[in-house]
Amino acid sequence: MHGLSTFEPKNGVVKWLEARLPILSFGYDSFVAYPTPKNLNYWWTFGAILSFMLIAQIVTGVVLTMHYTPEATMAFSSVEKIMRDVNWGWLMRYAHANGASMFFLAVYIHMFRGLYYGSYKNPREVLWILGVIIFLLMMATGFMGYVLPWGQMSFWGATVITNLFSAIPLVGDQVTVWLWGGYSVDNPTLNRFFALHYLLPFAIAAVVGLHVWALHVTGQNNPDGVDVQDIKKDCVPFTPHATMKDGLGVTVFLLLYCWFIFFTPNYLGDADNYIPANPMKTPPHIVPEWYFLPFYAILRSIPDKLMGVIAMFGAIAVLAFLPWLDTSKVRSAKYRPLYKKLFWGFVLVGIGLGYCGAMPAAEPYVTASRILSVLYFGFFAVLPILPKFERTLPVPATIAEAVLAKSESVKTAAAK
Amino acid sequence: MTFAKTLTKVIGAATLLAGVVALSNLTARAEEEQPNPTRQQWTFAGAFGKYDKAQLQRGFKIYKEVCSNCHELHIPIRTLAQPGGPELSVDEVKALAASYTVKDGPNSSGEMFDRPGRPSDYFPAPFANPEAAAAALGSAPPDMSLLAKARKYERGFPAFVFDALPVPGGMYQELGPDYIYAILHGYEKDEDPNWNAYFPGHKIAMAKPLTDGQVDYTDGTPATLDQYAKDVASFLYWAAEPTLEDRKSLGVKVMIFLLVLSCLMYFTKRTIWSDVAH
Repeated sequence: MHGLSTFEPKNGVVKWLEARLPILSFGYDSFVAYPTPKNLNYWWTFGAILSFMLIAQIVTGVVLTMHYTPEATMAFSSVEKIMRDVNWGWLMRYAHANGASMFFLAVYIHMFRGLYYGSYKNPREVLWILGVIIFLLMMATGFMGYVLPWGQMSFWGATVITNLFSAIPLVGDQVTVWLWGGYSVDNPTLNRFFALHYLLPFAIAAVVGLHVWALHVTGQNNPDGVDVQDIKKDCVPFTPHATMKDGLGVTVFLLLYCWFIFFTPNYLGDADNYIPANPMKTPPHIVPEWYFLPFYAILRSIPDKLMGVIAMFGAIAVLAFLPWLDTSKVRSAKYRPLYKKLFWGFVLVGIGLGYCGAMPAAEPYVTASRILSVLYFGFFAVLPILPKFERTLPVPATIAEAVLAKSESVKTAAAK
Repeated sequence: MTFAKTLTKVIGAATLLAGVVALSNLTARAEEEQPNPTRQQWTFAGAFGKYDKAQLQRGFKIYKEVCSNCHELHIPIRTLAQPGGPELSVDEVKALAASYTVKDGPNSSGEMFDRPGRPSDYFPAPFANPEAAAAALGSAPPDMSLLAKARKYERGFPAFVFDALPVPGGMYQELGPDYIYAILHGYEKDEDPNWNAYFPGHKIAMAKPLTDGQVDYTDGTPATLDQYAKDVASFLYWAAEPTLEDRKSLGVKVMIFLLVLSCLMYFTKRTIWSDVAH
């Protein structure tokens, strides 16, 4: 979508800089003149929302780091100091803790949007895979961040998750000891998790850079899933159109985010994490943060530890293969009646798995999570053969045509 | 299309089955265990909630006369004078702090020494360490500074969804105080002071701590167990969440600002897009 730079420097300083580092024309072409399909809906504002959340997490996180002590006997009380004694410390911490949840909420919506409109398909495979990598990095960052307050759920969550690596054949135990920096989760574990929790967000930012780069090479997908034919007819410039729409999306999302920060700040957390970590006392139910629950349910649905771990990581890894699993020529679910049903079934399965993950590992939840795990993978198994049975609806030739059809159907509806 | 129909049916049936299986045992499980605490009215609940200063002062009196014999409260004494709390006067806090003996040191000759407490000190713990507490009492009582945020009970589906939402009966964030209130009411068997209706497993290490008339109230409030339970639960919620008033009052302003900003953004966006069919 590049190669149509209309950036013409007039100012002498800008000309001087352009000849040496064309960063201003790059910024102009990427965020001002960049053509964006005019039929994008509000689900497309989640990219901007996620960029905002990444920055919010880094800013609040850096401030929190200035007051936090990554040492097993002091971590918990340093967090309490932040809450009680640091000016606006409660705001920073609640914003950061709830920010993680909002980040995941936004990323799940963003991923489901990609899934619904076939945004992973040719030519956007690399864009999609970069997204899966960001998701993995986010999960690692979120998990390690949850360990830092060194509460009961921090400690026992870390114990359960790091123990998964002991399932690796032959070297499992050595790997786990290496991860812990000792023979159990302890101060060295907390130290390295802190170091990595500070490092990974910058890795995420770097991959986000690649993600946006790849996006700007292929251009955005759109709700009708048809390629841009004529930039003049099908697109609008990014600024002011997309900038303003994204700004509105971010503001409305902020309403939700601030609701959690100011009125229900502990709703998404676990009460047990207000009890300092105690290696001698296991909580009755060890539950991860809500955004890990579907994968936690898949892990627990298999009695064999190694197979459970493989299934859990497989549930994420399979996403990377989606561009080749889905063989349909039509991108958008709008024109794929069968896939649309399957998609909503998949959403329900995800929510069901999340619910089972939050419940104790007992009947009836074990059976329920087994059924749902099979359905989760079933979704991906059915995709390659789906086009054989699916009669897709006629796809508009261009975005302009799709927009025209939409406005006409609105007119007919109004006339009736 | 037969494959399509079968597929849809299979997915539908399986999802339904999973749901039914998951929900079927819920009521049965709830009956086996202890009853859930009932939701109480708290002045600090809701978007505009504020602490009742007099109530926090009464709650502090109960803590000082009863709870502090066994429980640590790891917060600085000075916080009692902070705005949005019991708001004792600075002189009252100084006098209170001086009534405690604090171990300090080492001094220039290398000795630890006792001195009167200062407002910047933390409330002294009743035992030197948790092991000493356990040796004296059978098991170490939990620190009370975060107790009201560290306790909850299972709300179940769909109640937990509404607990986050600004709907009638929603916005329920006071599970901790309700649990503490319920525990103090749960000593229902006179023959067994360690039996508690609301404690998981019913055997609680803390014997019935409060009875009617045990603590003198000077402000005319009835000296009943029910009142004590409410007052001490409120005090403990303040101890766990001393910035609640700041948070909620700032939150209201932030929400109003964001609502106005959203409207402005919406109309600006509409104007910008008005000449584009989309």
